[in-house]
Amino acid sequence: MNYFDTDLTTLHTKLVNKEITSEQLTKETLATIKADNEKLNAYITIDEDAALATAKAVDEKGINADNLWAGIPIAIKDNIVTKGLKTTAASKMLADFNPIYDATVIEKLRANDVVIIGKTNMDEFAMGGSTETSYFKTTHNPWNLSKVPGGSSGGSATTVSAGGVLAALGTDTGGSIRQPASFTGVVGVKPTYGRVSRWGIIAFGSSLDQVGPFTRTVKDNAALLNIIAGHDDHDMTSSDKAVPDFTAGLDGSVKGMRVALPKEYLGEGVDENVKKAVLDAASTFKSLGATVDEVSLPHSKYGIAAYYIISSSEASSNLQRFDGIRYGYRAKDVKNLEDVYVRSRSEGFGNEVKRRIMLGTYSLSAGFYDAYFRKAAEVRTLMINDFKKVFEDHDFIIGPTAPTPAFGIGEDSNDPKKMYMNDVLTVPVNMAGLPGMSLPAGFSNDLPVGLQIIAKPFDEQTLYRAGYAFEQATDFHKATPEIGGDK
Amino acid sequence: MANENKIDKSQVKHVASLAKLEFDDADLGKFTTQLGEIMDLFNTLSEVDTDGVEPTFSVTDQFNTMREDVAVNSHQKDALLKNAPDTQDGYIRVPAIIDESEGAN
Amino acid sequence: MNFQTTIGLEVHVELKTNSKIFSPSPVAFGDDPNANTNVIDWGYPGVLPTTNKGVVESGIKAALALHAKIEQHNHFDRKNYFYPDNPKAYQITQSDKPIAHDGWIEIEVDGEKKKVGIAEMHIEEDAGKNTHNPNGYSFVDLNRQGTPLIEIVSKPDIASPDEAYAYLEALRQRVQFTGVSDVKMEEGSMRVDVNISIRPYGSDKFGTKTEIKNLNSFNYVRKGLAYEEKRQQQVLMSGGTIQQETRRFDEASGQTILMRVKEGADDYRYFPEPDLPALAISDDWIKSIGESMPEMPGKRRERYVKELGLKDYDAMVLTQTKEMSDFFDTTVKNGADPKMTANYLMGDVNAYLNDQQVDLQDTKLTPNNLAGMIKMISDGTISTKIAKKVFKAITQGEESVAWVKSKGLIQLSDPAQLTPIIKGVVDDNQQSVDDFKNGKDRAVGYLVGQVMKQTHGQANPKVVNQILMAELKSR
Repeated sequence: MNYFDTDLTTLHTKLVNKEITSEQLTKETLATIKADNEKLNAYITIDEDAALATAKAVDEKGINADNLWAGIPIAIKDNIVTKGLKTTAASKMLADFNPIYDATVIEKLRANDVVIIGKTNMDEFAMGGSTETSYFKTTHNPWNLSKVPGGSSGGSATTVSAGGVLAALGTDTGGSIRQPASFTGVVGVKPTYGRVSRWGIIAFGSSLDQVGPFTRTVKDNAALLNIIAGHDDHDMTSSDKAVPDFTAGLDGSVKGMRVALPKEYLGEGVDENVKKAVLDAASTFKSLGATVDEVSLPHSKYGIAAYYIISSSEASSNLQRFDGIRYGYRAKDVKNLEDVYVRSRSEGFGNEVKRRIMLGTYSLSAGFYDAYFRKAAEVRTLMINDFKKVFEDHDFIIGPTAPTPAFGIGEDSNDPKKMYMNDVLTVPVNMAGLPGMSLPAGFSNDLPVGLQIIAKPFDEQTLYRAGYAFEQATDFHKATPEIGGDK
Repeated sequence: MANENKIDKSQVKHVASLAKLEFDDADLGKFTTQLGEIMDLFNTLSEVDTDGVEPTFSVTDQFNTMREDVAVNSHQKDALLKNAPDTQDGYIRVPAIIDESEGAN
Repeated sequence: MNFQTTIGLEVHVELKTNSKIFSPSPVAFGDDPNANTNVIDWGYPGVLPTTNKGVVESGIKAALALHAKIEQHNHFDRKNYFYPDNPKAYQITQSDKPIAHDGWIEIEVDGEKKKVGIAEMHIEEDAGKNTHNPNGYSFVDLNRQGTPLIEIVSKPDIASPDEAYAYLEALRQRVQFTGVSDVKMEEGSMRVDVNISIRPYGSDKFGTKTEIKNLNSFNYVRKGLAYEEKRQQQVLMSGGTIQQETRRFDEASGQTILMRVKEGADDYRYFPEPDLPALAISDDWIKSIGESMPEMPGKRRERYVKELGLKDYDAMVLTQTKEMSDFFDTTVKNGADPKMTANYLMGDVNAYLNDQQVDLQDTKLTPNNLAGMIKMISDGTISTKIAKKVFKAITQGEESVAWVKSKGLIQLSDPAQLTPIIKGVVDDNQQSVDDFKNGKDRAVGYLVGQVMKQTHGQANPKVVNQILMAELKSR
C-alpha cells in the first residue's frame, strides 16, 4: 500500500469504522517502507516489533473517534530521542545510543496513540542540506534516485513523498524541514520558535532549532502540529501562548489578505523555473482575492553569514558533550584522558560536523567574538527588523523555499560554501524565529519546486490558511513520484 | 582586524585543540582552505553598519521563567551508568586525570 | 624597597536549596556515587536546563547581605571547557551580566575598620567530583554536578593577609546569616581562590599576580598569602621578576609550591546561554526579600554591646553563626539575663557542641529551656550546682522548669521551712557549737554540710548560712 490516495480524515474514519485495524495498517506500512528503503535509504532504524505492539495495543483499547491520530504510523527524524529506541543523529558518535527518556513531542505522540514506525535518515547532527553527511547512508530523492532529497530531514521528507507514511517529524534549524519538503514535493512546516518543545531534540543551534511536521497535505500538517505544540515545563524557551486549532478556518479563502513578495528572494542564483513557480503562485493568490506587493528585506543577503556564525557557534558548544565519557562512542586503545577526548571526537564526528565545530569555536574564541558572534547577533536584529517592517502592512510573505530544485548526489558535497549558499532563502525565518511552510508549487525538469510561506510569530494559522487556499487552487500536491508505484 | 587575515594552518590547529579535534596533514590543508573560504563569507558582515544595534541572542517570547525549588530524584542511576563506555562501582571511569583543579571555577 | 600588596579573593559558596540549579535532582551529600543524578546532570543529548527560582532568591539574599546592586536584567552564559566532571563541557554561569555588582563589606583589623569592595557576584552550577586513583584511572561522580553556587569576587582593596582573613570571616558570617548556605570550608560549601601581587610603594601599576590553590581553611589562606607575599618581595629584591603562575599551598611546610606557569589567558568562549530566557527581577521581589532579611551580625554586635552590656569579645563570639545569635536573642527575650546567657552559650553550650560534634540547630536545646534554667538560677530556685544537672537534662530535650519540679530539685529558700531543720542540726551537734564559740569557723562548714545532707542538697546555701549564723550566735 501507499498513502498517496488517502489523508488523515479518511484513514481515521476507516480505523474508527474498523474497516482496517491499526495492526493491519502498520503491517502494510512496514512492508512498504522496508521495500522502499532498499532504494531510498529513508530509514536508519525501522522499529517493527514495537510498532506492531503499539498498534495491537491501540486496537485493543479501541480507536478513539475524537483522536485523529490514533493508530496511525508516523516516522521520526533520528535526532529526536525515543526511549528504548536507538537514536543516532546519523552519527558514528551515537551509532549505538539508546536513550533512556522520550522527547516531549514523542511523549505527546504516544499519548495520542500514534504508532512510531521508525527513525529516519538525516544529515549528521542535522548539519547539511542533502542528507549526504549521514554516517550511515545517503537517502535518494523519490522523484529521481540520482538526486538528493534535501536535508537535513531528508529521510522524513522522502518517506512521506514516497507514500511510505502519512506523516513524519523533522527538525529545522536553517531550513531542514522546508528545503527537503521542497525537493521532494511535500508539505513541511517549521513552527514559530518556542511553539514546540525542544526537550529531547539533540541540539544543533539552540536559538534556531524547531520540530515540525511533514505531510502530503496542508490540513494533515495542521492536525499534526495540533498535537505536538504547546508549552513544556522542560523547555523554558517554549511559549506559554495558547495553542489554537490549526485546522480551524481552513476554508480556501485569502480574500483581502496582503501578500508580500521580497525582491531579494527572486534574485541572482534562483532557478528560472523556480522564479516562475513563485510568480505563478503570486498570480494564484491574486486570483483568490489577495493583494501582492513587492517588498524588500534588505539584510537578506547577510543571512547566510550571520546564520552560519550563530548556528555553528551554538553547535560547537552543544556538541562538546560528545566526549567519549558518559555515553556514545569512545575511541579504542586510548593512552590517556586527552586521547579519550581528541580521538573519540575526531573518530566519532564526520567532516561536516567538524567543519561546523571549527567555525563555531573560531567565531567564539578570544579576539574574534565581537567580529563574528556578536556581529552576527547584531545583524540578526536587523533581519528581524526587516521582517517586522514588512509585517506592519502584510499578512504573509511568499518566496521560493530553495533557489533550485533537488541537485545531484555528490554534486555539492565537496564544496561546503556552495552548499551553505543553498540555505539563503530559509535561514532568515529561523533567525527571526518565524513560522515557515514549504508546499508543492510546480516542477523544474520533473523535480518538485516548493513555495515558501512565512507568517508573523505564532501566526501559524495564517500560514495554514494561505497554504490550504493555494493547495485547493492548484494540483501540484496531487503529483506523486514513480517510486511509490502507480502514478 | 580579523577580516584582513586569512586563517592559517596554525590557527586551525589552535582552534582544533580548543575543540578537542585533530586533523592529519592532508585534512589540515583541506580544512584550512575551506574554512578560509567560509570565513571570507563571514567577513562580509563587516559591511553592515550595526552601530547602536542591540544583538539578538534568543528569539524566545519567554522571560523570567523559573521552576519552583522542588527536588525530584529520577532514579535513573543504573540506566545512566549502563550507557557509559566504562564504569566501576557506580562511578564513570576515565583514564587518570593529571591536572588537580577541581570543581567549578 | 617598600612594597604594597594587593590581594584578590574569589569565593565560591554552595547554596543549600532542595534541588539543583538547572535540574530537579536533589542537592544532597554523602549518597552513593551518581545516586542524585538524572539525564540533565549527565548532559544527555536533547536535555535542557530549567532555572531554579530558589537559587535566584538565594542569590538576591546574598547580594543584599553584601550591599550589592542587583542587576535586575541579567542572564546566564556558557563557559566552555572540557573536563570529566563537567558533563556538558560547558558550565552555565554568568559572565557579562551577573546578578549583582558593586557591593562592600566592613572588616576590622587591629581595631581599624575598613570597607572592602565586592566587584561582582554571580550564580552558577557546580561541577561533579573526580576521584583519583593511583592505578591509572580516575572516577567521576556527578552527584555534585549542578549544585547551585554563588561566586563573590572582591575588588583589589585587600592589602594584607590579615585583611584577607578578616574579609573571609566577615563574608562567611554575613552569608551565613542569610541562611542561604552553611558556608563551611571544611565541608566544601565555601571555597576560596586567591591571587596576590605586590608593587613598589606608590606605583600605580599592579604587579604580576600569582594564584594559590589548595587553601582549605581561613588560616591557610592567611599563611599561604603571607608566605607568597614574602616570596614575591624576595624575588623582586634580588632583581627577579614575578611570573604569572599557579602555586599550591603545602600545609605541612606552610610554603607555596609552583604548579604551573600560565601561558596567556584561558579561552572559555563565553556566550549567552540560548536555552534559558533572561531573568527580569522585579522591584517587588527584591523588596520582599529585603524585608525578610535577618539583622546582620555587625548590627547585632552593636546592639549586644550597647543595649545588653556584653563585652566586645562576647558579642563577636555570639554572632559567629545566625543560629547562635538567634538562640541568644530568643533566650534573652524569654527573660534570661543577657550576661548569664552569654556565659552559658560560650561555656557549657559550646563545650557540649564541641563534645558532641554537632551544630546548635541539630541539638535538642531550645532557647525557652535555657531561659527557664537561667531564670531559676537568678531567682534562687536552683543552685548553679543543680543547674549542671538541669543543663544535661535540657540537652536531652527536657523542659527545664517542669523537669526541676518533677525531680524535686527546687532549692529550699523559705526560712520557715529551713529554720526547724537547722535548729535540729544544731541541737544534734553540740560539739560543733562549742567549736564555733571557740572561734573555729570550720564548724560552720560542717553544719552547713549536715543541713545540705538532710535537704538532699536542695537548701539554698545563702539562706542556710544566714539562719545558721543567727542560730549559733543565739546559743
